[in-house]
Amino acid sequence: MSTSGPGVVGGGRRVLVTGTSGLLGRSVAQLLFDRGYSVVTLQRRAVDAPWDSLQGSVADPDVAARAVHGVDAIVHLAAKVSFTGAWDEFVATNIVGTRQLITAAQHAGVRDFVFVSSPSVAHLGASIVGSGAGAASPEFARGHYARSKAAAEEMALAEDSPTFRATAIRPHIVWGPGDTQLVERVVERARAGRLPLLDGGRALIDTTYVDNAAEAIVRGLERMDYAHGQALVVTNGEPRPVGELIAGICAAAGVKAPGYSVPGWLARGAGSAIEKAWTAAGSRGWVHDEPPMTRFLAEQLSTAHWFDQRHTQAVLDWTPAVSLDEGLAKLAAHYRAQG
Amino acid sequence: MVAAALPVTELPEPWPGVRAGWRRTLSVPSTAPVDSPGTSRQWHFLDNADDVAATGMEPVGTLLCVHGNPTWSYLWRTLLAGATSPAAVAAGGPWRVIAVDQLDMGFSERTGTFRRLEDRITDLGDLTDALGLAGPVVSVGHDWGGIISLGWATRHRDQLAGVVLTNTAVHPGGFTLPPALKLALHPAVHPWGTKTSPAFLSVTHGLAQPALSEDVRAAFMAPYRSAARRDGVGNFVADIPAGEGHPSWPALDAVSSGIRTLDVPAFMLWGPKDPVFSDRYLRDLLTRLPHADVHRFEGASHLVQEDRDIATPTFAWLAQNVPSRSQAHRGALADAAPGHAGDAGAFTPMLAQLDARRAETSAAVVDMLPNGSTKKLSWAELARDVDDLAAGLRELGVTAGDRVSLLVPPGINLTTLIYACLRLGAIIVVADAGLGTRGMSRAIKGAGPDYLIGIEKALLGARLYNWPGVKIAAEDFTPATATARKTVLNVAATIPQLMANGRVERLAGTRPGFSTADPETDAAVLFTSGSTGPAKGVVYTHRRLAAMRDTLAATYSLDAGTALVAGFAPFALLGPALGATTVTPDMDVTAPRTLTAAALANAAAAINATVVFASPAALVNVVATAAQLAPGQQKALAGVELLLSAGAPLAEQLLHQVQTLAPNAALHTPYGMTEALPVTDIDLAGIGAAGVGNGVCVGLPVSGAQVAIAPIDADGQVIPTPTFDASVTGEILVSAAHVKERYDRLWITQQRSTSIPGWHRSGDIGHLDAQGRLWVEGRMEHILCTPAGVKTPVAAEQAVELVPSVARAAVVGIGPAGTQVAVAIVETNPAPKRSGLASPALAAEVRAAALSVDMPLAAVLVIDSMPTDVRHNSKIDRAKLSRWAGRMLAGEKAGRP
Repeated sequence: MSTSGPGVVGGGRRVLVTGTSGLLGRSVAQLLFDRGYSVVTLQRRAVDAPWDSLQGSVADPDVAARAVHGVDAIVHLAAKVSFTGAWDEFVATNIVGTRQLITAAQHAGVRDFVFVSSPSVAHLGASIVGSGAGAASPEFARGHYARSKAAAEEMALAEDSPTFRATAIRPHIVWGPGDTQLVERVVERARAGRLPLLDGGRALIDTTYVDNAAEAIVRGLERMDYAHGQALVVTNGEPRPVGELIAGICAAAGVKAPGYSVPGWLARGAGSAIEKAWTAAGSRGWVHDEPPMTRFLAEQLSTAHWFDQRHTQAVLDWTPAVSLDEGLAKLAAHYRAQG
Repeated sequence: MVAAALPVTELPEPWPGVRAGWRRTLSVPSTAPVDSPGTSRQWHFLDNADDVAATGMEPVGTLLCVHGNPTWSYLWRTLLAGATSPAAVAAGGPWRVIAVDQLDMGFSERTGTFRRLEDRITDLGDLTDALGLAGPVVSVGHDWGGIISLGWATRHRDQLAGVVLTNTAVHPGGFTLPPALKLALHPAVHPWGTKTSPAFLSVTHGLAQPALSEDVRAAFMAPYRSAARRDGVGNFVADIPAGEGHPSWPALDAVSSGIRTLDVPAFMLWGPKDPVFSDRYLRDLLTRLPHADVHRFEGASHLVQEDRDIATPTFAWLAQNVPSRSQAHRGALADAAPGHAGDAGAFTPMLAQLDARRAETSAAVVDMLPNGSTKKLSWAELARDVDDLAAGLRELGVTAGDRVSLLVPPGINLTTLIYACLRLGAIIVVADAGLGTRGMSRAIKGAGPDYLIGIEKALLGARLYNWPGVKIAAEDFTPATATARKTVLNVAATIPQLMANGRVERLAGTRPGFSTADPETDAAVLFTSGSTGPAKGVVYTHRRLAAMRDTLAATYSLDAGTALVAGFAPFALLGPALGATTVTPDMDVTAPRTLTAAALANAAAAINATVVFASPAALVNVVATAAQLAPGQQKALAGVELLLSAGAPLAEQLLHQVQTLAPNAALHTPYGMTEALPVTDIDLAGIGAAGVGNGVCVGLPVSGAQVAIAPIDADGQVIPTPTFDASVTGEILVSAAHVKERYDRLWITQQRSTSIPGWHRSGDIGHLDAQGRLWVEGRMEHILCTPAGVKTPVAAEQAVELVPSVARAAVVGIGPAGTQVAVAIVETNPAPKRSGLASPALAAEVRAAALSVDMPLAAVLVIDSMPTDVRHNSKIDRAKLSRWAGRMLAGEKAGRP
């Protein structure tokens, strides 16, 4: 069976994409396929796709060795993404898993490695106002997810060499039709009336429409000559007050936007408490969902984070094709189609 | 002698800003009177000799820096660091900087002696002898170190290449000690405050604006941690000569009179908020070193070195004024380049028309009184009064070069005062009430007048706010309370009194003639509106003031014999110089919007006016009160042929309304600034023809003026290559004979404004169009440096103001230059309940409007009222707004803008 798509850019180059259960991973694989890359994916669940796919965890050394066989390049998205959970779980998937994948890739002679990361690896809790990509901080990043990703990113970039080129692409808050991470949580909570705005939703936040994030990741691979050894934050370059973003998402989904606000300091404090209680309750099997507020989430919603995109756009020779408002229109169309 | 670098083991701790390798110790033979012969003293000082050696260049010279009490050489660390910075090296070459710790101070020896001023000046000479300092030396001093450094300067004239002073004093000759020092010297306070406790140190460190960081404070405290180490601090204070009987008086007197004969360049960097070494000491120093360049850092205090960057301006000043040999050569070449426009050519004194018409009985100046009657002075009477008053002022002691602050409302009295001062060659200081009380207070203190003439209210302000200058009352006091008031207000004379004295001289035939002022000497200090920071003093020479008059006359064909209504202050003072009959309407001049249509018409009727000068705020009220006009008043306004609205742009619609009131007038709105009035001009038809564009079209340059643009790079920096090309947006440059001479006591500001040779950098931003018309797009600090390039806010603001519920809009950039995003802040109608994010619906409308002129917005905020300037109530302080929006959108406590 042919696994390379109709395009010619990829020229049949074989690329492994890990973590394609999610919206972004799936979009990256589809984009590579469309461009004529030979695509193989690795994810926990079975998928129905026109390319080769393997089922399993990157944390399993045998799976990793099989997945990298005959591959020219890897886009590594597989990760445990959650606001809560035990540190060991993050270590197993995000750090050990990445380590095993890199080791297997180097054994198999894979040349290029795109590590999909997150700006949260360098976010120490204060506002980010037009900054570039700071250094990843495994010590001080906020929360288990960000810390484990920071460690993995540092590890991946440390391996960068002429024979194994590594770059880290950090898309910031990816969203789009079918997104379960941000959009559906916002919509569900808004529908349930459980979504306050913090400080009136004033914090200016940059996000990334999924198509733009996927394109930037693929550009990371294609521009590896320039991107290797670097971490690059990717966004739409259109910061908006978080309140307006949430209102936009709610409007697209046809639900009422949040109408009440709580002070950011209160939410940050309450978030810490709720997070601890939820984790304790989860360990006893009392709750199975994500807590309504965590300190990390409260910080994300009450401090600005938007970035200087000039360096990223120059290195990747890329600009976002879908504007924020176009993205919201696509989201609205998606919800209308769902009825 | 080679100084020993301090062994590393003796470095107790790293101090912020001090580089390893600066610290030196040296044993120096003492010749101070207090020491017995053969004594040597152990000195500690900071020396950047290694840094200079690392540049591989010879130093231009040495800065010898002397701290005061209770600081130490640490105070000068930014000069040590800046002396070998790339900028300093490129500008003039590296400087060696030696900052000493005086004996008994800092980390120098605790001698167990009581060292007086004479000892300390001798000590410094002993040290420089021991160091074998060769080549030119610039002395640098602060606080009481200023006197010691100047003492060294007067004894080393052959080596001395310049003098730099920061908040210091050389105080004899009628000066009293500042109250804070008197307290420190009080026997009950002194030993406890200076030695037993570290109170004096803490209080001094606490003067910093903004506060010192903990580690810097600790560094200042480091050498003075125990009472035993603070002997020098206490002795220093006790050695302040409080009177002629004090042992150090003769030494102090020798210094303060000795510096009068220093002929080297001098630079004074001053923090005016200093409660001890206040502006009065700066003024005293300027009488002794009148050629000094001065920069007053508004808002900075005693520790000006900590409050502001003094290193950058100091090395820039040194490069210009104390150049190395190669620099001196280049400087000579630059001086040979074509000079600033207006340095030569014909000059007609400001008093020429008054003198020529001194026999005429027609009206020269007219005041409209509140009761509807008029007060008139003929040309003959005005000329006579001006001379009488000038003679009276001269008798009081006012001489050429003295600064006279005039706090008198426009009208006959002010006009007489202005021309009397010009007659004497005294410099008029005109700080108008439009600056607000605080702004006016800062302006007056900054200009430092020798005399202050004011109405009673102003004299009360002078008393309350401690404004400098000999006080003169503009009017006589009513006899019942005259004596009491004169005492309370500390008034030396009244204007009627002075005029009477002058009259006696005239009638007795004993009056000496008046000499004509040198055209290149200072004539006036005017003030900017202060919409973006404190008001700046702007100095005009007689030549430049006369050029302003000639430019107005040529641009608007204002012949002698013109009759004009003076409703706009800066131009109003030019009436008699133009030979024009001037009438001042009945209004509260502190509030332009109190001018009614009737008051304007009455004024016009009184002299059959053909010309009206007015401010936009005044015209808004004139239009609003037009319904009250009687037929006769309407007729008076119909006689107006020219109406100027100056000060801020005026909506075209409002101009049309003005036109219906004055149907036969050509309506002009000149563009200009306190530093150049006017620069361009446009009339109502021209505004219509220009249509809508990016910015406000202000027309073509006025007679004799040139306008160019300095383009801007992606980070908002000006490229110093003027262009006349159409559609290039950049800083507006002006060249004209009537451009200001300089900023007053703002050396750094002056340098910036003249950094493009031959041009005044206006700080405004705009572009020229294909017809050569200028479009103003705002202030330089209003530009947005976005990833898509440099943008100006005006077009987007105009587009947003078309949204129906928006009353007023400002568009500002937030974030770092180069990657800023745009935010619109709008005043809505009705006003919002509280400031914050705009509703989604309003945000969408505003976004769409801004996007139509290519200004994508990150956010839309509503605000209850914009921060604006006091004088015009129209200039929005976008810098303030930007900081406020930045706080809002970072989720921080935003407070008020």
